[in-house]
Amino acid sequence: MTASYRTIVRDGLWDNNGVLCQMLGMCPTMAMTATATNGLGMGLATAAVMAASNLLIAIFRNYITQEVRIPVYILIVAAMVTVVDLTFNAWMHELYKVLGLFIPLIVSNCLPLARLEVFAAREPVLPSLVDGLFMGIGFTLALTVIGAVREIIGGGTLFVDAALLLGPAFHFMETKIYSGNSVLVFILPPGGFIVTGLLVAGKRYLDIRAGKPIVTGPVGHGV
Amino acid sequence: MNRPTYIHAVVLGLFCLGFGLMLALLDLVTEEDIALRMVEDKQSSLAKVIPANLFDNNLVEDVLKVSDPSGAEVEVYRAKRAGKVTGVAYEIKGSGYAGAIRLMLGVDAEGRVLGVRAIAFKETPGLGDKIDEKKSDWITKFTGLKLGAPPKEKWKVKKDGGQFDQFSGATITPRAVVGAIRGGLEFFDTHKAKMLETH
Repeated sequence: MTASYRTIVRDGLWDNNGVLCQMLGMCPTMAMTATATNGLGMGLATAAVMAASNLLIAIFRNYITQEVRIPVYILIVAAMVTVVDLTFNAWMHELYKVLGLFIPLIVSNCLPLARLEVFAAREPVLPSLVDGLFMGIGFTLALTVIGAVREIIGGGTLFVDAALLLGPAFHFMETKIYSGNSVLVFILPPGGFIVTGLLVAGKRYLDIRAGKPIVTGPVGHGV
Repeated sequence: MNRPTYIHAVVLGLFCLGFGLMLALLDLVTEEDIALRMVEDKQSSLAKVIPANLFDNNLVEDVLKVSDPSGAEVEVYRAKRAGKVTGVAYEIKGSGYAGAIRLMLGVDAEGRVLGVRAIAFKETPGLGDKIDEKKSDWITKFTGLKLGAPPKEKWKVKKDGGQFDQFSGATITPRAVVGAIRGGLEFFDTHKAKMLETH
């Protein structure tokens, strides 16, 4: 059942998007999307961990016995998260100060685990790497969009602190859209649920209009 | 599946051993750099609360341990110019909306706030995080104040009858910070003699 790269990329970015379709990784989605920059940072760190752990599982998949696969997956995800945490802390310290709090949260995200189980454990090395990477990028896109909507409605800004995350060259991204009268609830936890719900509904609407069958949950990739 | 059961234990054990070794190695490689980064962080947070013209010593190295009212030891960094203590800086803690708020407080020899900065907190983005100097200048308004000016009972947020602004939608965070700074200044008053003495 080796899928074409085109399908893998499409699945990750849109058709089977981790947040908007599979509804996985809701914990970091809710916690880290008060601003677009936070969503972007969390998404990128997750994408790196997903690509690395998918790659490793695909390499070792023939040696991992069925009975102990889940502990091995968790071990590898946790190890990759620790690698990211230590290397960022030591050599990308400015970035670490922004992302440091989020990095350990990646372990509690079931999206990397789900991709290991349904994809990397069954597919060759290269497609698995592509799957991990694009599922991660799809996750990043969803988090950034949710963050942007919450930030604009709840705070009147967009990409606040982007320069801290991406470097001083990205100051131009930090926009103040309006001041005063922002709807605070969108930055608070309920806002995360409201915006995510609306985006999931919006994606379904677009899919139905495009004549695609309605899929609930990760059908065809059975989790 | 006629494989004996122990094979699973061996597989899992080997993975644990392999990744454990890898992480131990990485920890060894990064340990020194991470320790250096911590010192740099401390230096930069100290530099923000003590003006550079007040000291000619290495702040990070001039540490005095003083017990606070709860019995915990506080590391007091002393700024000295020509051998005389011109100011001190130490970490203070407030209990915010989402756990502890750690701040660095700099105080001059007369007990005036030289500067205060939030160094670690988990307050709500967009609400409580205005205590961060990158988000708002609120925290800089404490500079130059001391216990007595304003009077002690005014060291509160406006909602509690004091003179400091709270943020719209967030009172707990600024209340915690104002309380922590007041506590920090009281701590200075109590241990003033010990902190300022020169050896």
